[in-house]
Amino acid sequence: MATVTTAIKAEARDLNFFYSNGARALKGISMPLYENKITALIGPSGCGKSTFLRCFNRMHDLYPGNKYQGEIVMHPDNTNVLDSGVDPIEVRMRISMVFQKPNPFPKSIYENVAYGLRVRGENNKRIMDDKVEEALKGAALWNEVKDRLHDLAFNLSGGQQQRLCIARALATDPEIMLFDEPTSALDPIATANIEELMVELRSKLTILVVTHNMQQAARVSDYTAYMYLGELIEYDDTDKIFTNPGRKETEDYITGKFG
Amino acid sequence: MQLPAQLTISPRLAKNIRRNVKERIIELILMMAALVAVATTFAIVGVLLYESLSFFKTVSVIDFFTDTQWTPLFEDAHYGIMPLVSGTLTTSAIALAVAVPIGTISAIFLSEFASHKTREIVKPILELLVGVPTVVFGYFALFFVTPLLQSIYPSLPSFNMLGAGIVMGVMIIPYIASMSEDAMRAVPMSMREGSYAMGATRFQTAIKVVTPAAISGIVAAYILAVSRAVGETMVVAIAAGQQPNLTFNPLDSAATITAYIVQVAMGDLPHGSIGYQSIFAAGLVLMAMTLSFNIFGHWVRKKYRESY
Repeated sequence: MATVTTAIKAEARDLNFFYSNGARALKGISMPLYENKITALIGPSGCGKSTFLRCFNRMHDLYPGNKYQGEIVMHPDNTNVLDSGVDPIEVRMRISMVFQKPNPFPKSIYENVAYGLRVRGENNKRIMDDKVEEALKGAALWNEVKDRLHDLAFNLSGGQQQRLCIARALATDPEIMLFDEPTSALDPIATANIEELMVELRSKLTILVVTHNMQQAARVSDYTAYMYLGELIEYDDTDKIFTNPGRKETEDYITGKFG
Repeated sequence: MQLPAQLTISPRLAKNIRRNVKERIIELILMMAALVAVATTFAIVGVLLYESLSFFKTVSVIDFFTDTQWTPLFEDAHYGIMPLVSGTLTTSAIALAVAVPIGTISAIFLSEFASHKTREIVKPILELLVGVPTVVFGYFALFFVTPLLQSIYPSLPSFNMLGAGIVMGVMIIPYIASMSEDAMRAVPMSMREGSYAMGATRFQTAIKVVTPAAISGIVAAYILAVSRAVGETMVVAIAAGQQPNLTFNPLDSAATITAYIVQVAMGDLPHGSIGYQSIFAAGLVLMAMTLSFNIFGHWVRKKYRESY
């Protein structure tokens, strides 16, 4: 395990997850997320990395019959986000998410970014304007859209739509941001923009990113976790994982022997 | 560009005459099947126009649209379509006032809140309502809903537009509910997840994201419902009364265009008489009304079409 002095923002403790059909998708995962760092989850398709990511904001609650076992504890308040007494809506207000495919709402650019504020009951136009501008600047989209904030979001390009989704997630000042393969639907230039953005965002929040692209993990992340068949095989500094992995399975995967 | 001969000539690539003929025949059959519906529509419009033309030789178009009485079968004949149009619009408006809110809310419930099991039970039952013959709805309006309304408004006549309109509304709820639900279910799950991930509740997601995303389908459902209401015959003929009456008051009795047509078409009018021709003129107006609603609906759908 990595020897670090950084603060832990959240921590999975012996986390198991079962889909409604009884399949055990996660097997006893324990790992920390360090504050203001980017942690990447890599592994072959079906290894459970997206399932794990979606535990953090309780996305699995949307489908009946899914079951969590174990804890994901957020620091410093020691809240177990998986506790049945914790409101998933509260969790999602602290942990936001960016999806694989850009999924803007059928609304204007402005309203997309303002959405999170609106669902929190914010109606003050001044505050809203400021927050929207700040979020769009934070997502490096402001200059491209400032003259057409009231255009439909679908008119943006794929890369712009994804940055809009990041702005949307940023607008509510989350503590953790989850990225579920955020660039898999984008071209190389848009991908580079998003990666750059993630590195910038690191100073403000803690990032967990699932990626299929190992170069991406190597480029952007501080820590990397390799998962296989629902188990966490190895978790360490990204440099260490990619130069001198501790486990044979990790080495096989990152050198392309399988996966 | 001309390809060299040896590249194009291969026995497998050469034209297969038998296959081509078969394809042509199938194509022809398919096209003829499609043409039946199109040809019927044109034939109907043709007949309507032809008979109406003879009607408008006797009655001026201005009288037709400005006269406030419709009494084509009386001694003192008047040919003002407006009383029938007002009856049609009033009953349709009542029907929509009932069906649009209930249908839309049912669709939101079925699509966003109901469990899979509930939906599988409720939706077929709702759609069963479509199968009830409209004449049954008509008597339901006359003998059940109107007496019920009369206990609230004792002065309500036995034939009134309110009762007929309400029952007609109930009748078209399934159209709106079922079609809107289909439209909402077609909204990709990723969009809902995006909303939930922002901390939205189920209700916020349904109202602020799913409904706007499905709006073109929902509007299409409304338009279909309008066409159904405007064209509905039995309920209004039975329960709304058959006296043409230029009024928008739902508590009055009045005739709709369809009620007039069915009333007169059942009588023994001599072929070619002005009364006979008046049916076609009324039918033409009805057709123009439904057509304009459909065109409007088409335009709205195009304008608000969402690409996910």
